[in-house]
Amino acid sequence: MTIQHKMIEARPAPKNTVGPLAWLRANLFSGPVNSVFTLLGFYLLYLLLVPTIEWAFIDADWIGTSRDDCSREGACWVFVNARIGQFIYGLYPRDEIWRVNLTFGVFAVLIAWLAIPRLPFKRWVALATLVVFPLLAFVLLYGGLFGLPLVQTHRWGGLMLTLVLAVVGMVGALPIGIVLALGRRSQMPIVKSFCVVFIEFWRGVPLITVLFMASVMLPLFLPTGVSVDRLIRAFIGITLFQSAYMAEVIRGGLQAIPRGQEEAAAALGMSYWLRMGLIVLPQALKMMIPGIVNTFISLFKDTTLVMIIGLFDLLGIVQAALSDSRWLGFSLEGYVFAAFMFWIFCFSMSRYSQYLERKLHTGHKR
Amino acid sequence: MNHNNTRRWQVTVALATLGAGGLAHAATLDDVREQDRVRCGVNAAQPGFSALDENDTYRGLDTDVCRAVAAAVLGDASKVHYVPLDSVERFTALQSGEVDVLSRTTTWTSSRDTTLGVNFTGISYYDGQAFLVASDLGVQSALELDGAAVCTQSGTTSELNLADYFRANDLTYEAVVFDSPEQSINGFEAGRCDVLSSDASQLHAQRMQLDDPASAVVLPEIISKEPLGPAVRQGDDQWFNIVKWSLFAMINAEEMGITSDNVDERLESDNPDIARLLGRDGNYGEAMGLGADWAYQIVKQVGNYGEVFERNVGAGSEFGIERGQNALWTEGGLQYAPPVR
Repeated sequence: MTIQHKMIEARPAPKNTVGPLAWLRANLFSGPVNSVFTLLGFYLLYLLLVPTIEWAFIDADWIGTSRDDCSREGACWVFVNARIGQFIYGLYPRDEIWRVNLTFGVFAVLIAWLAIPRLPFKRWVALATLVVFPLLAFVLLYGGLFGLPLVQTHRWGGLMLTLVLAVVGMVGALPIGIVLALGRRSQMPIVKSFCVVFIEFWRGVPLITVLFMASVMLPLFLPTGVSVDRLIRAFIGITLFQSAYMAEVIRGGLQAIPRGQEEAAAALGMSYWLRMGLIVLPQALKMMIPGIVNTFISLFKDTTLVMIIGLFDLLGIVQAALSDSRWLGFSLEGYVFAAFMFWIFCFSMSRYSQYLERKLHTGHKR
Repeated sequence: MNHNNTRRWQVTVALATLGAGGLAHAATLDDVREQDRVRCGVNAAQPGFSALDENDTYRGLDTDVCRAVAAAVLGDASKVHYVPLDSVERFTALQSGEVDVLSRTTTWTSSRDTTLGVNFTGISYYDGQAFLVASDLGVQSALELDGAAVCTQSGTTSELNLADYFRANDLTYEAVVFDSPEQSINGFEAGRCDVLSSDASQLHAQRMQLDDPASAVVLPEIISKEPLGPAVRQGDDQWFNIVKWSLFAMINAEEMGITSDNVDERLESDNPDIARLLGRDGNYGEAMGLGADWAYQIVKQVGNYGEVFERNVGAGSEFGIERGQNALWTEGGLQYAPPVR
């Protein structure tokens, strides 16, 4: 019997179980059926991707100023290039676009400050974002004060209008939604029935109807000479509509909090608002992040409906540009560009929500 | 809601419409002067008639009518505030005073003129349904289209006009129906049909969306009447006259050979018609509440009707539409304006 005092060196794993080849074998070619499907899948991808890449990049025309610079063999990004200012700022006067840039720059800095955990003074920055920033944004974008020329809302458009509508809708809908959700769970009959009626009414009509009523019927009922700005009508319609959806998302979250939490808080002598603000809502809101972000993303995409009341959001301005007689026939390029922009924003929101979920994860996930 | 209530509701809406539309806006001119802009309801995207160009301004035949009104009233054709309108809300916007002029490829029909509280002021473009065919088919006239497959859009009067035309001429056809102009031109390009039928103005725009626009031609036959023109609210005759005569001034200017380039020379002309139109002899603007140079400003800043037509939809544009019915009456067309005197 031999005794070995030294540990035997671990031998490398068999060649066919590590490395990319092994991964391919295990995941893509683990049997005849899987192999066939893998090959079929690759073939389909080839059929789909190659023409797309050829159209969008290889055969595409990028530089130029008119339709004559496009060979028509691939995409004509010259069209998007020539219009990019209009797609982003709408009809906003070109000399004043620094105001739009500054507004969104400040907004991005504030949001980043709130999102990055290491930075201090979170409370003050949050206060600035919610109170000071909206005023600043209004003064900067609309003007008419401090020597800034007035830019009427019918000149707003493009990506800028989409973002303004989405941000106002989100910021407005969340607090109203929370109040409505709490009201719907309330014991007080009048408050409760008001909230139920409000939510069911706004949730029961399509957004397009709300906007349509606001643009077609409202002017007829208002006294003559009184007209509400189209953008304000859109703000109100979108905010009320979204707050009803938000209320139901939040109510779902509230129901997931065990009753004992609230009862325990009550036993400690906390008032209703303290119980809600310190115990129930912080737990509930955390769980509702996927639902809330879902609503935000759908709101972001719903903003394109303002086209029917004559406001040019990103999609609207692309469509308007498509009808310029000098650029007829480039609809595919225009729509691909619009889709790409929407995807960037929706995908970033989705990633941020996943980051938030991980950050706020305190073992409540099951 | 019971029957009685429904009735009351209808009456309320009707009264609201009437009130907003008829009585309350007596002096559009004062309002326009005070605000220093003409609010003009236009189509958001109609190639050749109103479309956004790269410089953030609208170009087109319809928008030039708005510019003419602004030139006549405010002396500056650029003082127009364009309000893009949906085809449904266009009349409401006019009735409720959100716009002062509606110039949005709107067909003048009896029901619109008499029931909606609006007045059409004239015809800026004689449109009508026509046919687009592939040029290699060698077809010269719509009467050679027996047995053809025809693409149309659903829910428009085109379908009905098409059926009437083919029945009246004892021809057969097969209808291929699409939902939108974009789909129908794609169907045409993909060979789903031999012929595409729609309003001529739209066909010319659709033709430009083909990969090779030269591969198709619009046939000369027009099979329906679609007179397009600007409209104003009922109840303000002064404003009605201003918009009406802004268009007439452009047509008269073309007839007299006055263009935006030569209008300053023509100001010195001895021709009494020209002297009256341009305000050198008498003040024909005064009765409308305008200055004597109202027509001069229109021609100087916007151009005569021929210039506007050629620039936006005619030979000077991408569409190259023939004048056809839109030629002056002196040249075999239908454009005719009463004289200024």
